[in-house]
Amino acid sequence: MSDDDADDASGTDDATAEPAFEAAEYVDGTITYPPHTVSPNGAERVGTVDLRAYEGRVLTWTTSTATPPGVREPNTLAIVEFDMGDDYDGPAVRALGQIAEREDGGGEAFDVDIGDRVEPVYADELREPGAGIREPESQDWDGFRFRPVEE
Amino acid sequence: MERVAIIGASMTRFGQRDAWVRELLAEAGAAALDDAGIDGDDLDHLYVSNMASGEFEGQTGVPNALAHDLAAQPAYTARIDQTSSSGGAGVYAAWQSVASGASDLTMLVGGEKMTHRTTAEATDVIASLTHPVEYKQGVTLPSFAGLTARLYLDTYDAPRESLGKVAVKNHRNGVDNPHAQFRKEVDLDTVLDSPIVADPLRLYDFCPITDGSAALVFCPESVAEEYVPEDEYAVISGIGGATDTHVVHERADPTTMGGVVDSSDIAYEMAGISPDDVDVAELHDMFTILEFLQSEDLGFFEKGEGWKAVEEGVTDRDGELPINTSGGLKSKGHPLGASGVAQVYEIVQQVTGNAGPRQVEADTGLACNVGGFGNCVTTAILEGSQ
Repeated sequence: MSDDDADDASGTDDATAEPAFEAAEYVDGTITYPPHTVSPNGAERVGTVDLRAYEGRVLTWTTSTATPPGVREPNTLAIVEFDMGDDYDGPAVRALGQIAEREDGGGEAFDVDIGDRVEPVYADELREPGAGIREPESQDWDGFRFRPVEE
Repeated sequence: MERVAIIGASMTRFGQRDAWVRELLAEAGAAALDDAGIDGDDLDHLYVSNMASGEFEGQTGVPNALAHDLAAQPAYTARIDQTSSSGGAGVYAAWQSVASGASDLTMLVGGEKMTHRTTAEATDVIASLTHPVEYKQGVTLPSFAGLTARLYLDTYDAPRESLGKVAVKNHRNGVDNPHAQFRKEVDLDTVLDSPIVADPLRLYDFCPITDGSAALVFCPESVAEEYVPEDEYAVISGIGGATDTHVVHERADPTTMGGVVDSSDIAYEMAGISPDDVDVAELHDMFTILEFLQSEDLGFFEKGEGWKAVEEGVTDRDGELPINTSGGLKSKGHPLGASGVAQVYEIVQQVTGNAGPRQVEADTGLACNVGGFGNCVTTAILEGSQ
């Protein structure tokens, strides 16, 4: 399952120049997002998995109306559980992410509900670096939102 | 290992205060010294529970400042930061200092000054405890509460109104607490009609932003009566601390707080009791949903049944297991570093029979202080000395 060949220094996909949605795979077969130094079971990290290749389902969601500096308001967030396939029997692989905005230009997020199928979509800036308390250079600010999968 | 007694306790009025953190700490600290009948220079150790005085007001080094203000030199000092559970972690550190024999007299003062910041700024200071992959998505602690509340209501088929009833109960309890930020009852319609903050949770599902401080004085149980009468001190019979995942979505069941389960298991075993033996509890109701999760993960109720206990009045002040007789964080307020200390303050008042109009019949009480969204937890069990 691991994408060792794609695990280059930049973590980017040369074909699209879009960063990978990088999860870590460990020697015991488990996968985590975000990556850990060692797995929650203490197993050694052996590779990465690009979660862009997977769909997930909404485990739960909320719309926050009291957002911190530099964050869109309102901010609809979901915890998404990825479908890693029948061969994967490790702990659930999940991510917390913003729900993407509709493409009609109105700025509203897609409606989602528990159980809805979603897919990751890249955003080059999830919140404004430096507007909040965290040092802008201390972390990256791009990442992945989720949008409903068209049935 | 020495059994540890609490021989002095105090708390300031919680709410919007003109005082800054250093003044708040000194106010509570001086009152606790007075309650124990000792002076600052009697202390061997002096701890300060505080999450973010540097971030909130640019004041660091608060333990040494407090030692200065209370003339406690040359006491050993340290600041205990465990985010919202800094108070509980401070109780653990103070207990450890006496139980180990390193200190014969320790004071813990918890405090925070927050209300001079806007809600957005204070929310961001607190949210800065999150992992980078969470922080960049703009998550806040209230967002985690909304996410978890929706999952809980869906999983356990609980009515939305049950969360509102936690707010109603705790506001009702807070009316009789002279230290509480809000001493006003609210009805269920008001809760359910209040503005949405993190859907499905609304304004009254959340604790306020608060200034305040609380303090406790600890000594070996064997010498407690040298300071206070026999019926005026409490004993820490069990205490445990534990962590859960830093990243909330990595928990196998996001409606279970593993740190609550693990810390309480340790505390129950040390005290030699079961959840059924607890007479009164102070839980970390920073959000109404947290009272359900903790009451279940502490073993008071079966998983998914905590909401029914609130609906049935079991956790009312006159119920079988009163929860948050102080008004909880919800009504009393939540000055981060002070909250865990103030929870124990309330339990001390209850098990020593000094809770006034809030008094319930209680020999054994429990305080559960939660940091982050269950990231780190301290559970303490106290008994009266008689």
